[in-house]
Amino acid sequence: MIAEAGLAALWLAAGLAALQLFLMIVALRSGIAVARAMRGIAVVQGALTLGAFAMLLLVFARTDLSVALVFENSHSAKPFIYKVAGAWGNHEGSMLLWVTVLAAAGAFVARLSRRTSEKTLVAALGAQAALALGFYAFLLIASNPFARLDPAPLEGRGLNPLLQDPGLAFHPPTLYFGYVGLSVAFSLAVGALLTGQVDSRLARAMRPWVLAAWIFLTLGITAGSYWAYYELGWGGYWFWDPVENASLMPWLAATALLHSINVLAARGALKAWTMMLAVIAFSMSMVGTFLVRSGVLTSVHAFAIDPQRGTFLLALLAIYVGAAFVLFAWRGAALKEGAPFELVSRESGLVLNNLLLSVILGVVFVGTLYPLFVEAVSGEKLSVGAPYFNAVAGPLALILAALVGLGPLLSWRRKSRPVLRRLTVPALIAATMLVISVIVAPAMGILPRLGLMVAAFLAVASILPLVGRNPFRAPLATWGMVVAHFGIAVSLAGMAANGAFTAETLSVARPGETLRVGPWLVQLEGVVPGAGQNWTAIAAQLRATRGQGPVMLEPQTRYFSNPVMETNEAAIRTFWNGQLYTVLGKPDRAGGWQLRLWWKPFVTLIWAGGALIALGGALALLGRLRLRRRRPPTEWRQERYA
Amino acid sequence: MKPKNQRLVLVAAAVVALVAAVLLAMWGLRSQAAYFLTPADIAAGKGEPGASLRLGGMVERGSIERLPDGVSIRFVLTDGKARTPVTFRGIVPDLFREGSGAVAEGQMQSGTFVADKILAKHDERYMPPELGNLAAEHKAGKTLVK
Repeated sequence: MIAEAGLAALWLAAGLAALQLFLMIVALRSGIAVARAMRGIAVVQGALTLGAFAMLLLVFARTDLSVALVFENSHSAKPFIYKVAGAWGNHEGSMLLWVTVLAAAGAFVARLSRRTSEKTLVAALGAQAALALGFYAFLLIASNPFARLDPAPLEGRGLNPLLQDPGLAFHPPTLYFGYVGLSVAFSLAVGALLTGQVDSRLARAMRPWVLAAWIFLTLGITAGSYWAYYELGWGGYWFWDPVENASLMPWLAATALLHSINVLAARGALKAWTMMLAVIAFSMSMVGTFLVRSGVLTSVHAFAIDPQRGTFLLALLAIYVGAAFVLFAWRGAALKEGAPFELVSRESGLVLNNLLLSVILGVVFVGTLYPLFVEAVSGEKLSVGAPYFNAVAGPLALILAALVGLGPLLSWRRKSRPVLRRLTVPALIAATMLVISVIVAPAMGILPRLGLMVAAFLAVASILPLVGRNPFRAPLATWGMVVAHFGIAVSLAGMAANGAFTAETLSVARPGETLRVGPWLVQLEGVVPGAGQNWTAIAAQLRATRGQGPVMLEPQTRYFSNPVMETNEAAIRTFWNGQLYTVLGKPDRAGGWQLRLWWKPFVTLIWAGGALIALGGALALLGRLRLRRRRPPTEWRQERYA
Repeated sequence: MKPKNQRLVLVAAAVVALVAAVLLAMWGLRSQAAYFLTPADIAAGKGEPGASLRLGGMVERGSIERLPDGVSIRFVLTDGKARTPVTFRGIVPDLFREGSGAVAEGQMQSGTFVADKILAKHDERYMPPELGNLAAEHKAGKTLVK
């Protein structure tokens, strides 16, 4: 009954979405006031999909094997948290989560949005309903999560052990909040293009959504990066895998949008450009969903290929993106020009930021889709990996990071204050860093060295907006900007240090033997068996020393029975100045074991920086929302009761 | 700057950025894209020495041997038509077995494929798509022969 209730809720929600879309068309054509009804419908629709998702969680929690999805992806002897998280560790469940977030976002817009004009809101709710409708159709026609099996099997097939990790509980939902949160920006942009009301009011209404989605994307990418780092046992934090790129592309677009929307909100400029970015940001989310869910690209995340689903998603993508671009071409040119600004001004700085981010986005986009394109044209198979992305996107990202230090010092509209003089101290520090790095590590690669320099420069320059004023009286949004920009410097420093100073040892050791990696001596004491709730393991006992007292590490190979699979569990120890990363390999016939050891100085800064960037976003969001509460939206009230 | 000129400049900048992105990408792709080949392709002289490649096939039975350093292996990838010797230094993935499929990333060096990464299928349901196609072709070929 639970599964049927979930399915019924989905059908009802789809019906309501259709009604919502219909009401929008009626309202825009004949001007009938239906905003209140549409708000109500959007809220009920959101509640219904939440209900359907709750039903899915319930059947997974109870391991109801008569539901096909549970049989395929669960097993009674699985830890409870993975039974529940397993609900979205598969295609159907994750698409339901996607739709749930989409509908819930629609409900929140309907409830909370008081800033936009009523007409734009009606149009935006209609656009949101149109989006939801397509994805309801995809779920109900091509990926029903509630399909039953008759007779019910006795035991499930189990969840891929790589996914049996706390990372699964947080990483996909966080990313989805980000992906789908951008749908609100998309719908508001479409709505505003339909009504022609693209102004700073719209920007202020859109900004919290973009910020929130961007925070979640940042957290999701950071968490995913760390998950891949410790779970795959390859010692890398970013593989330029198509699925990783699928999350990076919306982030790049959202980052650009986040900056241009400030220009629109503060100065009323960059109207068409900002609307374009809002459309592109969510389009990238859909491209990402298509890449991940259709399995068309070789990837760590590669799932079995299902042409029907891929085609369905591609059709949805083409319809929505195509329609939005047609609308943009039709209405975008009619937008009034924004307020003017000079060549050297905050606006120009943000335009430059946007252009660089767009170029990086383009480079990542082309590199990610190139294999698909080539295979479609010539039938040849190829893949594009880290060498391409590092060589092309790396230098661009460094230039951008250096300019991040400069932009916030410019003032709106016109040139003022001697900006370059304020950058003397950061420039000197960058130069000092260059000298130190040449003395300490003369053989360092050019990208890591530049990375260290830019990181040092940005770390100091990013704080300058708070210097020369009382930092405690600065707005929260300024604090947010400073913290986020400082986070970029921290993350960059981690990447550069990891690239330049990582020490690696790959060797065979017999019990009692000692290996050296960086400053560490690592002794293999022995290899012992171990067991967990649904796995057995062999674990190496490593005793690592550098000068002072020893630390113990136990990298394992785990053997899962449902499904049958071996996984590597790296053992990682974190110190203030880096991580010791150890992986157990295969035995040889003479009693030796392969061991792979890394000493990664300051590698944790990469994710600490990511967390700081997200924290900066959260501060800015808090600041904007507080400001909003202090200044009630009078315009809306007047319009409503006039 | 007049608003109208300003819009013109912005549009021009956007177009320049777009063109720059595509040109940069094309320049990068020409040198950095890794083609997916089979041992038969290598035998036909397709794998240029030094270019980064992906080689897919079945690990030939009885071909895996460990080299004296203890962490390198040598094995043969085959697609039923040709055989390519592969060397790899590192820890092989858990489901890397004789008689099952694998994809090696690396380059040709004097007749041997030197791999810097090996991908094997994770389990029955999760495998690199290229291997899925290869297995399907393999099966189709067999039934035709029968």
